[in-house]
Amino acid sequence: MDTKKYVIKQISIFSENRPGRLAAVAQALGEEKINILAFSIAEANGFGVIRALVDHPEKAYKKLSSLGYNVAFTDVIAVQMKDQPGGLYDIAKVLGDSGINIEYSYAYSGKKVAVLILRVDQVEDAIEKIQGAGATLLEHTVFH
Amino acid sequence: MFWDKKMETLKSKDLESLQLKRLKTTVHAVQDIGFYRDQFAKAEISPADIKTLDDVEKLPFTRKQDLRDGYPFGFFAVPLKQIVRIHTTSGTTGKPTVVGYTRKDLDTWANLIARNMTMIGVTEDDIFQNMVNYGMFTGGLGFHYGAEKIGMTVIPSATGNTRRQIEMIRDFGVTTIHCTPSYAMHLSEVAEEMHEDLPTLKTGIFGAEPWSDTMRHTLEERLGVTAYDSYGMSELFGPGVAFECPERNGLHIWHDSYFVEIINPKTGERLSDGERGELVVTPLVKEAMPLIRYRTGDVTMLMEDGCLCGRGKKLARLTGRSDDMLIIRGINVFPSQIEHVLLRIPEVGNQFMVYIDRINHLDEMTVEVEINRSHFSGELADLAKIQKKVVKELHDTLELRTTVKLVEPGSLPRFEGKAKRVIDRRSDM
Repeated sequence: MDTKKYVIKQISIFSENRPGRLAAVAQALGEEKINILAFSIAEANGFGVIRALVDHPEKAYKKLSSLGYNVAFTDVIAVQMKDQPGGLYDIAKVLGDSGINIEYSYAYSGKKVAVLILRVDQVEDAIEKIQGAGATLLEHTVFH
Repeated sequence: MFWDKKMETLKSKDLESLQLKRLKTTVHAVQDIGFYRDQFAKAEISPADIKTLDDVEKLPFTRKQDLRDGYPFGFFAVPLKQIVRIHTTSGTTGKPTVVGYTRKDLDTWANLIARNMTMIGVTEDDIFQNMVNYGMFTGGLGFHYGAEKIGMTVIPSATGNTRRQIEMIRDFGVTTIHCTPSYAMHLSEVAEEMHEDLPTLKTGIFGAEPWSDTMRHTLEERLGVTAYDSYGMSELFGPGVAFECPERNGLHIWHDSYFVEIINPKTGERLSDGERGELVVTPLVKEAMPLIRYRTGDVTMLMEDGCLCGRGKKLARLTGRSDDMLIIRGINVFPSQIEHVLLRIPEVGNQFMVYIDRINHLDEMTVEVEINRSHFSGELADLAKIQKKVVKELHDTLELRTTVKLVEPGSLPRFEGKAKRVIDRRSDM
Protein backbone atom coordinates (compact mmCIF):
# COMPACT_ATOMS: atom_id res chain seq x y z
CA MET A 1 0.00 0.00 0.00
CA ASP A 2 1.21 3.46 -0.79
CA THR A 3 1.26 5.11 2.59
CA LYS A 4 3.42 8.03 1.42
CA LYS A 5 0.52 10.10 0.21
CA TYR A 6 -0.87 10.19 3.72
CA VAL A 7 2.30 11.54 5.26
CA ILE A 8 1.92 15.25 5.84
CA LYS A 9 4.78 17.69 6.39
CA GLN A 10 4.28 19.68 9.56
CA ILE A 11 6.61 22.60 10.14
CA SER A 12 7.99 22.86 13.67
CA ILE A 13 9.41 26.20 14.75
CA PHE A 14 11.57 26.64 17.84
CA SER A 15 10.47 29.66 19.80
CA GLU A 16 11.32 31.26 23.08
CA ASN A 17 8.33 31.55 25.31
CA ARG A 18 7.88 35.31 25.40
CA PRO A 19 5.39 37.89 24.20
CA GLY A 20 5.31 38.59 20.49
CA ARG A 21 6.97 35.40 19.21
CA LEU A 22 3.82 33.88 17.73
CA ALA A 23 2.84 37.21 16.19
CA ALA A 24 6.25 37.43 14.50
CA VAL A 25 5.92 33.95 13.00
CA ALA A 26 2.35 34.56 11.89
CA GLN A 27 3.31 37.88 10.33
CA ALA A 28 6.12 36.28 8.34
CA LEU A 29 3.76 33.60 7.01
CA GLY A 30 1.10 36.18 6.22
CA GLU A 31 3.54 38.26 4.20
CA GLU A 32 4.28 35.22 2.03
CA LYS A 33 0.54 34.56 1.62
CA ILE A 34 0.97 31.23 3.35
CA ASN A 35 -2.21 29.92 4.91
CA ILE A 36 -2.11 28.12 8.24
CA LEU A 37 -4.54 25.21 8.20
CA ALA A 38 -3.92 23.91 11.70
CA PHE A 39 -1.47 24.67 14.42
CA SER A 40 -0.60 24.17 18.05
CA ILE A 41 1.94 25.41 20.54
CA ALA A 42 3.81 23.10 22.89
CA GLU A 43 5.69 24.67 25.70
CA ALA A 44 8.40 23.47 28.04
CA ASN A 45 10.71 25.29 30.41
CA GLY A 46 10.97 28.80 28.93
CA PHE A 47 10.77 27.71 25.31
CA GLY A 48 8.32 26.05 23.01
CA VAL A 49 7.68 24.62 19.59
CA ILE A 50 5.10 26.08 17.24
CA ARG A 51 3.70 23.33 15.05
CA ALA A 52 1.72 24.15 11.96
CA LEU A 53 0.22 22.62 8.85
CA VAL A 54 0.47 25.17 6.08
CA ASP A 55 -0.45 25.21 2.41
CA HIS A 56 3.12 25.87 1.25
CA PRO A 57 5.51 24.17 3.69
CA GLU A 58 8.68 24.64 1.60
CA LYS A 59 8.00 28.33 1.17
CA ALA A 60 7.27 28.67 4.88
CA TYR A 61 10.50 26.83 5.74
CA LYS A 62 12.53 29.10 3.49
CA LYS A 63 10.94 32.29 4.73
CA LEU A 64 11.25 31.46 8.42
CA SER A 65 14.80 30.14 8.05
CA SER A 66 15.82 33.31 6.23
CA LEU A 67 14.53 35.29 9.20
CA GLY A 68 16.75 33.23 11.49
CA TYR A 69 14.14 30.88 12.89
CA ASN A 70 15.04 27.32 13.66
CA VAL A 71 12.61 25.28 11.59
CA ALA A 72 12.27 21.55 11.00
CA PHE A 73 9.85 19.30 9.14
CA THR A 74 8.04 16.61 11.04
CA ASP A 75 5.94 13.82 9.53
CA VAL A 76 2.38 13.68 10.82
CA ILE A 77 -0.88 12.12 9.66
CA ALA A 78 -4.39 13.56 9.59
CA VAL A 79 -7.45 11.47 10.32
CA GLN A 80 -11.00 12.44 9.64
CA MET A 81 -13.20 12.03 12.68
CA LYS A 82 -16.93 11.99 13.08
CA ASP A 83 -17.75 15.34 14.65
CA GLN A 84 -19.90 13.73 17.32
CA PRO A 85 -19.49 12.16 20.75
CA GLY A 86 -17.18 9.15 20.59
CA GLY A 87 -15.45 10.35 17.40
CA LEU A 88 -12.04 10.72 19.03
CA TYR A 89 -12.44 7.45 20.90
CA ASP A 90 -12.79 5.44 17.67
CA ILE A 91 -9.43 6.64 16.37
CA ALA A 92 -7.54 6.61 19.63
CA LYS A 93 -8.68 3.05 20.36
CA VAL A 94 -7.37 1.75 17.03
CA LEU A 95 -3.94 3.12 17.75
CA GLY A 96 -3.94 2.07 21.39
CA ASP A 97 -4.95 -1.50 20.53
CA SER A 98 -2.16 -1.66 17.96
CA GLY A 99 0.46 -0.50 20.42
CA ILE A 100 1.12 2.70 18.51
CA ASN A 101 2.00 5.62 20.71
CA ILE A 102 0.70 9.11 20.08
CA GLU A 103 3.51 11.53 20.83
CA TYR A 104 1.31 14.54 20.46
CA SER A 105 -1.82 15.54 18.66
CA TYR A 106 -4.03 18.49 17.88
CA ALA A 107 -7.32 18.85 16.09
CA TYR A 108 -9.54 21.20 14.22
CA SER A 109 -13.25 21.09 13.59
CA GLY A 110 -14.24 22.21 10.09
CA LYS A 111 -17.62 22.82 8.54
CA LYS A 112 -18.32 19.20 7.71
CA VAL A 113 -15.83 17.10 9.63
CA ALA A 114 -13.35 17.20 12.46
CA VAL A 115 -9.72 16.39 11.73
CA LEU A 116 -7.22 14.94 14.14
CA ILE A 117 -3.53 15.61 13.43
CA LEU A 118 -1.32 12.92 14.94
CA ARG A 119 2.38 12.56 15.53
CA VAL A 120 2.94 8.88 16.22
CA ASP A 121 5.98 6.73 16.81
CA GLN A 122 5.25 4.34 13.90
CA VAL A 123 3.84 6.30 10.99
CA GLU A 124 3.32 3.52 8.41
CA ASP A 125 1.83 1.12 10.92
CA ALA A 126 -0.56 3.80 12.08
CA ILE A 127 -1.69 4.51 8.52
CA GLU A 128 -2.39 0.85 7.86
CA LYS A 129 -4.23 0.26 11.10
CA ILE A 130 -6.37 3.35 10.74
CA GLN A 131 -7.32 2.44 7.22
CA GLY A 132 -7.90 -1.15 8.24
CA ALA A 133 -10.36 0.09 10.83
CA GLY A 134 -12.29 1.90 8.11
CA ALA A 135 -11.40 5.43 9.12
CA THR A 136 -10.46 8.08 6.56
CA LEU A 137 -6.99 9.52 6.34
CA LEU A 138 -6.49 12.81 4.57
CA GLU A 139 -3.91 12.89 1.82
CA HIS A 140 -1.23 15.52 1.95
CA THR A 141 -2.66 17.12 -1.18
CA VAL A 142 -5.58 18.24 0.97
CA PHE A 143 -3.15 20.54 2.74
CA HIS A 144 -0.41 21.29 0.27
CA MET B 1 42.62 36.98 73.05
CA PHE B 2 45.69 35.67 71.22
CA TRP B 3 46.57 32.21 69.94
CA ASP B 4 50.19 33.15 69.14
CA LYS B 5 50.67 36.59 70.62
CA LYS B 6 54.29 37.02 69.60
CA MET B 7 53.64 36.33 65.91
CA GLU B 8 50.33 38.13 65.79
CA THR B 9 51.75 41.37 67.17
CA LEU B 10 55.16 41.31 65.51
CA LYS B 11 55.91 44.79 64.13
CA SER B 12 58.39 46.94 62.21
CA LYS B 13 62.02 45.73 62.33
CA ASP B 14 61.23 42.38 63.96
CA LEU B 15 58.50 41.63 61.46
CA GLU B 16 60.56 42.76 58.49
CA SER B 17 63.55 40.68 59.40
CA LEU B 18 61.35 37.60 59.85
CA GLN B 19 59.62 38.30 56.54
CA LEU B 20 62.94 38.69 54.74
CA LYS B 21 64.29 35.48 56.21
CA ARG B 22 61.16 33.58 55.17
CA LEU B 23 61.05 35.26 51.77
CA LYS B 24 64.60 34.07 51.07
CA THR B 25 63.64 30.55 52.10
CA THR B 26 60.60 30.70 49.81
CA VAL B 27 62.58 32.03 46.86
CA HIS B 28 64.98 29.11 47.27
CA ALA B 29 62.15 26.61 47.66
CA VAL B 30 60.45 27.63 44.40
CA GLN B 31 63.60 26.70 42.48
CA ASP B 32 62.26 23.16 42.68
CA ILE B 33 59.35 24.23 40.47
CA GLY B 34 60.03 24.29 36.73
CA PHE B 35 57.77 27.29 36.15
CA TYR B 36 59.80 29.44 38.56
CA ARG B 37 63.17 28.27 37.28
CA ASP B 38 62.07 29.44 33.83
CA GLN B 39 60.63 32.69 35.13
CA PHE B 40 63.73 33.51 37.16
CA ALA B 41 65.93 32.74 34.18
CA LYS B 42 63.81 34.92 31.93
CA ALA B 43 64.00 37.81 34.41
CA GLU B 44 67.72 37.13 34.83
CA ILE B 45 67.54 36.96 38.58
CA SER B 46 68.65 34.39 41.07
CA PRO B 47 67.61 33.78 44.68
CA ALA B 48 70.80 35.55 45.78
CA ASP B 49 69.45 38.81 44.32
CA ILE B 50 66.83 39.00 47.06
CA LYS B 51 68.62 41.01 49.72
CA THR B 52 65.84 43.26 51.01
CA LEU B 53 62.06 43.05 51.15
CA ASP B 54 61.82 45.65 48.38
CA ASP B 55 63.67 43.25 46.09
CA VAL B 56 60.36 41.38 45.83
CA GLU B 57 59.47 43.81 43.07
CA LYS B 58 62.13 42.22 40.89
CA LEU B 59 60.27 38.91 41.03
CA PRO B 60 57.70 37.80 38.47
CA PHE B 61 53.99 37.54 39.27
CA THR B 62 52.15 34.24 39.40
CA ARG B 63 48.68 34.11 37.90
CA LYS B 64 45.86 31.63 38.32
CA GLN B 65 46.33 30.70 34.68
CA ASP B 66 49.94 29.69 35.43
CA LEU B 67 48.70 27.29 38.10
CA ARG B 68 46.21 25.82 35.67
CA ASP B 69 48.96 25.34 33.11
CA GLY B 70 50.84 23.36 35.73
CA TYR B 71 47.95 20.91 36.13
CA PRO B 72 48.03 18.66 38.00
CA PHE B 73 51.22 18.70 40.09
CA GLY B 74 53.44 21.21 38.29
CA PHE B 75 53.59 23.60 41.26
CA PHE B 76 54.54 21.10 43.93
CA ALA B 77 57.98 21.83 45.37
CA VAL B 78 58.18 18.53 47.25
CA PRO B 79 57.84 14.90 46.11
CA LEU B 80 54.28 13.61 46.04
CA LYS B 81 54.93 11.25 48.93
CA GLN B 82 55.34 14.28 51.20
CA ILE B 83 51.99 15.66 50.10
CA VAL B 84 49.34 14.46 52.53
CA ARG B 85 46.32 16.21 51.07
CA ILE B 86 45.06 17.70 47.84
CA HIS B 87 42.29 20.23 47.33
CA THR B 88 41.11 21.79 44.11
CA THR B 89 39.52 25.05 43.19
CA SER B 90 37.83 26.14 40.01
CA GLY B 91 40.16 27.13 37.22
CA THR B 92 39.42 29.62 34.49
CA THR B 93 38.67 26.86 31.99
CA GLY B 94 37.74 23.21 32.25
CA LYS B 95 40.59 22.16 34.48
CA PRO B 96 40.66 22.92 38.21
CA THR B 97 43.59 24.39 40.07
CA VAL B 98 45.24 21.80 42.28
CA VAL B 99 46.70 22.71 45.66
CA GLY B 100 48.72 20.36 47.87
CA TYR B 101 49.72 20.30 51.53
CA THR B 102 52.50 18.66 53.49
CA ARG B 103 51.83 17.52 57.04
CA LYS B 104 53.50 20.69 58.26
CA ASP B 105 51.37 22.81 55.92
CA LEU B 106 48.20 21.36 57.43
CA ASP B 107 49.48 22.18 60.91
CA THR B 108 50.47 25.71 59.90
CA TRP B 109 47.09 26.24 58.30
CA ALA B 110 45.18 24.92 61.32
CA ASN B 111 47.19 27.26 63.54
CA LEU B 112 46.28 30.25 61.35
CA ILE B 113 42.59 29.37 61.64
CA ALA B 114 43.09 28.96 65.39
CA ARG B 115 44.57 32.47 65.51
CA ASN B 116 41.51 33.87 63.74
CA MET B 117 38.98 32.15 65.90
CA THR B 118 40.80 32.92 69.13
CA MET B 119 41.05 36.55 68.03
CA ILE B 120 37.24 36.81 68.07
CA GLY B 121 36.97 35.23 71.48
CA VAL B 122 36.06 31.69 70.55
CA THR B 123 37.52 29.03 72.91
CA GLU B 124 37.50 25.32 73.70
CA ASP B 125 34.22 25.93 75.54
CA ASP B 126 32.48 26.71 72.27
CA ILE B 127 30.41 24.37 70.13
CA PHE B 128 31.05 24.93 66.44
CA GLN B 129 28.85 23.97 63.50
CA ASN B 130 30.74 24.12 60.21
CA MET B 131 28.11 24.57 57.52
CA VAL B 132 30.23 24.61 54.37
CA ASN B 133 31.19 22.02 51.78
CA TYR B 134 33.58 19.38 53.11
CA GLY B 135 34.79 18.08 49.77
CA MET B 136 37.42 19.61 47.55
CA PHE B 137 36.49 23.08 48.81
CA THR B 138 39.03 24.18 51.43
CA GLY B 139 36.44 25.89 53.66
CA GLY B 140 35.19 22.67 55.22
CA LEU B 141 38.31 20.82 56.32
CA GLY B 142 40.23 24.08 56.82
CA PHE B 143 37.94 25.37 59.54
CA HIS B 144 37.39 21.87 60.88
CA TYR B 145 41.03 21.32 61.77
CA GLY B 146 41.48 24.88 63.01
CA ALA B 147 38.53 24.55 65.37
CA GLU B 148 39.75 21.16 66.60
CA LYS B 149 43.18 22.67 67.20
CA ILE B 150 41.55 25.15 69.59
CA GLY B 151 39.69 22.29 71.21
CA MET B 152 36.21 23.38 70.24
CA THR B 153 33.45 20.81 69.93
CA VAL B 154 33.15 20.53 66.17
CA ILE B 155 30.03 19.50 64.26
CA PRO B 156 30.98 18.80 60.62
CA SER B 157 27.45 19.36 59.38
CA ALA B 158 28.52 20.49 55.89
CA THR B 159 25.85 21.91 53.58
CA GLY B 160 22.22 21.14 52.89
CA ASN B 161 19.15 20.11 54.86
CA THR B 162 18.63 23.43 56.58
CA ARG B 163 15.96 22.18 58.98
CA ARG B 164 18.32 19.50 60.25
CA GLN B 165 21.05 22.12 60.61
CA ILE B 166 18.73 24.18 62.78
CA GLU B 167 17.75 21.18 64.91
CA MET B 168 21.42 20.48 65.55
CA ILE B 169 22.12 24.07 66.53
CA ARG B 170 19.22 23.86 68.96
CA ASP B 171 19.85 20.36 70.35
CA PHE B 172 23.64 20.59 70.60
CA GLY B 173 23.64 24.15 71.96
CA VAL B 174 25.82 25.46 69.13
CA THR B 175 27.50 28.79 69.92
CA THR B 176 29.52 29.40 66.75
CA ILE B 177 28.67 28.87 63.11
CA HIS B 178 30.62 29.15 59.88
CA CYS B 179 28.93 29.44 56.48
CA THR B 180 28.50 31.80 53.54
CA PRO B 181 26.58 34.99 54.42
CA SER B 182 23.84 34.12 51.94
CA TYR B 183 23.36 30.70 53.50
CA ALA B 184 23.22 32.34 56.94
CA MET B 185 20.41 34.51 55.63
CA HIS B 186 18.55 31.46 54.38
CA LEU B 187 19.16 29.70 57.69
CA SER B 188 17.66 32.61 59.60
CA GLU B 189 14.51 32.45 57.51
CA VAL B 190 14.04 28.74 57.93
CA ALA B 191 14.64 29.13 61.69
CA GLU B 192 11.91 31.73 61.75
CA GLU B 193 9.51 29.42 59.92
CA MET B 194 10.31 26.71 62.46
CA HIS B 195 9.77 29.19 65.33
CA GLU B 196 13.29 28.53 66.56
CA ASP B 197 15.14 31.49 68.04
CA LEU B 198 18.43 29.60 68.58
CA PRO B 199 19.39 31.35 71.85
CA THR B 200 22.78 29.61 72.23
CA LEU B 201 24.24 31.20 69.07
CA LYS B 202 26.66 34.05 69.68
CA THR B 203 29.30 34.07 66.93
CA GLY B 204 28.88 33.92 63.16
CA ILE B 205 31.88 33.52 60.85
CA PHE B 206 30.94 34.34 57.30
CA GLY B 207 33.09 34.18 54.21
CA ALA B 208 33.75 32.83 50.71
CA GLU B 209 31.74 35.64 49.11
CA PRO B 210 31.59 39.43 49.49
CA TRP B 211 28.95 40.83 51.80
CA SER B 212 27.98 44.30 52.96
CA ASP B 213 27.62 45.94 56.35
CA THR B 214 23.86 46.07 55.73
CA MET B 215 23.91 42.31 55.46
CA ARG B 216 25.99 42.16 58.64
CA HIS B 217 23.38 44.10 60.60
CA THR B 218 20.55 41.99 59.23
CA LEU B 219 22.32 38.73 60.06
CA GLU B 220 23.26 39.89 63.53
CA GLU B 221 19.70 40.89 64.25
CA ARG B 222 18.10 37.78 62.81
CA LEU B 223 20.51 35.20 64.23
CA GLY B 224 21.56 36.94 67.44
CA VAL B 225 25.25 36.61 66.58
CA THR B 226 28.21 38.92 66.25
CA ALA B 227 29.24 38.51 62.62
CA TYR B 228 32.87 38.35 61.44
CA ASP B 229 34.27 38.44 57.93
CA SER B 230 36.67 35.70 56.90
CA TYR B 231 38.93 35.78 53.84
CA GLY B 232 41.06 33.19 52.17
CA MET B 233 41.69 31.21 49.01
CA SER B 234 42.89 27.71 48.28
CA GLU B 235 46.11 28.92 46.67
CA LEU B 236 47.04 30.50 50.02
CA PHE B 237 46.02 27.35 52.01
CA GLY B 238 42.32 28.22 52.11
CA PRO B 239 40.29 30.21 54.62
CA GLY B 240 42.18 31.86 57.44
CA VAL B 241 44.38 34.21 55.43
CA ALA B 242 42.72 37.35 56.81
CA PHE B 243 40.01 37.83 59.38
CA GLU B 244 38.20 40.55 61.28
CA CYS B 245 39.11 41.21 64.90
CA PRO B 246 36.51 42.40 67.42
CA GLU B 247 36.94 45.97 66.10
CA ARG B 248 35.36 44.73 62.87
CA ASN B 249 36.89 47.44 60.77
CA GLY B 250 39.09 45.69 58.25
CA LEU B 251 40.67 42.25 58.20
CA HIS B 252 43.98 41.32 59.81
CA ILE B 253 46.19 39.45 57.42
CA TRP B 254 48.95 37.42 59.03
CA HIS B 255 52.06 39.32 57.95
CA ASP B 256 54.47 36.74 59.33
CA SER B 257 52.91 34.18 56.98
CA TYR B 258 51.85 36.25 53.98
CA PHE B 259 53.84 39.04 52.35
CA VAL B 260 51.29 41.55 51.08
CA GLU B 261 51.48 43.96 48.16
CA ILE B 262 48.72 46.02 46.59
CA ILE B 263 49.25 46.69 42.91
CA ASN B 264 47.62 48.48 40.05
CA PRO B 265 46.24 45.48 38.17
CA LYS B 266 46.84 47.13 34.80
CA THR B 267 50.43 48.27 35.22
CA GLY B 268 51.63 45.92 37.95
CA GLU B 269 52.94 48.95 39.85
CA ARG B 270 52.93 48.81 43.61
CA LEU B 271 50.44 51.12 45.37
CA SER B 272 50.74 52.86 48.73
CA ASP B 273 48.71 52.18 51.83
CA GLY B 274 45.23 53.61 51.48
CA GLU B 275 45.19 53.06 47.71
CA ARG B 276 42.85 50.46 46.33
CA GLY B 277 44.21 47.82 43.99
CA GLU B 278 44.74 44.10 43.50
CA LEU B 279 45.94 42.04 46.42
CA VAL B 280 49.17 40.23 45.61
CA VAL B 281 50.44 37.73 48.16
CA THR B 282 53.70 35.86 48.56
CA PRO B 283 53.05 33.13 51.12
CA LEU B 284 56.03 32.83 53.45
CA VAL B 285 55.32 29.56 55.21
CA LYS B 286 54.08 27.15 52.57
CA GLU B 287 56.06 23.96 51.96
CA ALA B 288 54.23 21.89 49.37
CA MET B 289 53.27 24.73 47.10
CA PRO B 290 55.25 27.92 47.67
CA LEU B 291 54.21 30.76 45.40
CA ILE B 292 55.77 34.06 44.40
CA ARG B 293 53.69 37.21 44.12
CA TYR B 294 50.40 35.44 43.60
CA ARG B 295 47.79 37.66 41.99
CA THR B 296 44.62 37.00 43.94
CA GLY B 297 42.38 39.04 41.64
CA ASP B 298 40.71 40.46 44.75
CA VAL B 299 40.48 44.23 45.11
CA THR B 300 41.28 45.82 48.47
CA MET B 301 43.75 48.19 50.14
CA LEU B 302 46.07 48.19 53.11
CA MET B 303 44.59 50.42 55.80
CA GLU B 304 46.81 53.18 57.09
CA ASP B 305 45.67 53.22 60.68
CA GLY B 306 46.76 50.75 63.32
CA CYS B 307 44.29 48.65 65.25
CA LEU B 308 43.32 48.81 68.90
CA CYS B 309 43.76 45.06 69.19
CA GLY B 310 47.52 45.42 68.73
CA ARG B 311 47.87 43.28 65.61
CA GLY B 312 49.34 44.37 62.29
CA LYS B 313 48.10 46.29 59.28
CA LYS B 314 44.63 45.44 58.06
CA LEU B 315 43.10 44.89 54.66
CA ALA B 316 39.91 46.76 53.85
CA ARG B 317 36.95 44.46 53.32
CA LEU B 318 37.08 42.86 49.92
CA THR B 319 34.47 44.15 47.58
CA GLY B 320 35.32 43.22 44.06
CA ARG B 321 37.54 41.47 41.58
CA SER B 322 40.12 42.76 39.15
CA ASP B 323 39.13 39.96 36.77
CA ASP B 324 35.76 38.55 35.72
CA MET B 325 35.48 35.85 38.39
CA LEU B 326 32.01 35.50 39.86
CA ILE B 327 31.18 34.19 43.28
CA ILE B 328 27.93 32.25 43.25
CA ARG B 329 26.81 30.72 46.53
CA GLY B 330 30.42 30.84 47.64
CA ILE B 331 31.68 28.99 44.56
CA ASN B 332 34.10 30.67 42.18
CA VAL B 333 32.92 30.75 38.61
CA PHE B 334 34.74 32.13 35.59
CA PRO B 335 32.64 32.97 32.52
CA SER B 336 35.34 31.20 30.48
CA GLN B 337 34.41 27.93 32.22
CA ILE B 338 30.87 28.25 30.93
CA GLU B 339 32.18 28.88 27.43
CA HIS B 340 34.40 25.82 27.74
CA VAL B 341 31.44 23.62 28.69
CA LEU B 342 29.31 24.92 25.84
CA LEU B 343 32.08 24.21 23.32
CA ARG B 344 31.77 20.55 24.24
CA ILE B 345 28.03 20.41 23.49
CA PRO B 346 27.32 20.42 19.74
CA GLU B 347 23.56 20.83 20.23
CA VAL B 348 23.99 24.40 21.41
CA GLY B 349 25.89 27.40 20.12
CA ASN B 350 28.92 28.96 21.82
CA GLN B 351 27.34 32.33 22.53
CA PHE B 352 25.88 32.71 25.99
CA MET B 353 24.58 35.18 28.54
CA VAL B 354 24.65 34.73 32.29
CA TYR B 355 22.20 36.38 34.67
CA ILE B 356 22.75 36.30 38.40
CA ASP B 357 19.94 37.04 40.80
CA ARG B 358 19.48 36.71 44.50
CA ILE B 359 16.24 34.91 45.17
CA ASN B 360 15.29 34.27 48.80
CA HIS B 361 18.83 35.35 49.73
CA LEU B 362 20.41 32.62 47.62
CA ASP B 363 22.30 33.26 44.42
CA GLU B 364 20.68 31.88 41.31
CA MET B 365 22.50 31.68 38.01
CA THR B 366 20.66 31.54 34.71
CA VAL B 367 22.53 30.71 31.53
CA GLU B 368 20.99 31.47 28.16
CA VAL B 369 22.28 29.45 25.24
CA GLU B 370 21.25 29.27 21.63
CA ILE B 371 19.98 26.06 20.20
CA ASN B 372 22.17 24.96 17.32
CA ARG B 373 20.27 25.21 14.04
CA SER B 374 21.39 21.85 12.73
CA HIS B 375 20.42 20.03 15.90
CA PHE B 376 16.77 21.08 15.96
CA SER B 377 14.65 18.02 15.28
CA GLY B 378 11.36 19.82 15.66
CA GLU B 379 10.51 17.78 18.74
CA LEU B 380 9.96 19.38 22.10
CA ALA B 381 11.21 16.30 23.93
CA ASP B 382 14.58 16.52 22.17
CA LEU B 383 14.88 20.16 23.20
CA ALA B 384 14.15 19.23 26.81
CA LYS B 385 16.91 16.60 26.58
CA ILE B 386 19.38 19.18 25.29
CA GLN B 387 18.42 21.53 28.10
CA LYS B 388 18.99 18.81 30.70
CA LYS B 389 22.31 17.92 29.14
CA VAL B 390 23.55 21.51 29.39
CA VAL B 391 22.43 21.72 33.03
CA LYS B 392 24.28 18.52 33.82
CA GLU B 393 27.49 19.45 32.01
CA LEU B 394 27.53 22.84 33.70
CA HIS B 395 26.94 21.18 37.04
CA ASP B 396 29.76 18.69 36.47
CA THR B 397 32.21 21.47 35.74
CA LEU B 398 31.07 24.29 38.02
CA GLU B 399 29.64 22.15 40.82
CA LEU B 400 26.75 24.53 40.72
CA ARG B 401 23.10 24.11 39.90
CA THR B 402 22.07 26.53 37.17
CA THR B 403 18.94 27.30 35.23
CA VAL B 404 19.50 26.89 31.50
CA LYS B 405 17.32 28.70 29.00
CA LEU B 406 17.37 27.66 25.39
CA VAL B 407 16.97 30.64 23.10
CA GLU B 408 16.60 31.07 19.36
CA PRO B 409 19.74 30.90 17.21
CA GLY B 410 21.20 34.32 16.56
CA SER B 411 19.18 35.98 19.31
CA LEU B 412 21.97 36.49 21.85
CA PRO B 413 24.10 39.62 21.61
CA ARG B 414 27.38 39.31 19.68
CA PHE B 415 30.26 41.35 21.05
CA GLU B 416 32.92 42.88 18.91
CA GLY B 417 34.87 44.59 21.66
CA LYS B 418 34.95 43.48 25.26
CA ALA B 419 32.20 40.97 25.78
CA LYS B 420 29.72 41.66 28.52
CA ARG B 421 28.14 38.29 28.96
CA VAL B 422 27.41 38.51 32.65
CA ILE B 423 24.59 40.56 34.11
CA ASP B 424 24.78 40.55 37.89
CA ARG B 425 21.41 41.63 39.23
CA ARG B 426 22.16 40.90 42.86
CA SER B 427 21.58 43.85 45.10
CA ASP B 428 22.39 44.14 48.80
CA MET B 429 25.65 42.26 48.64
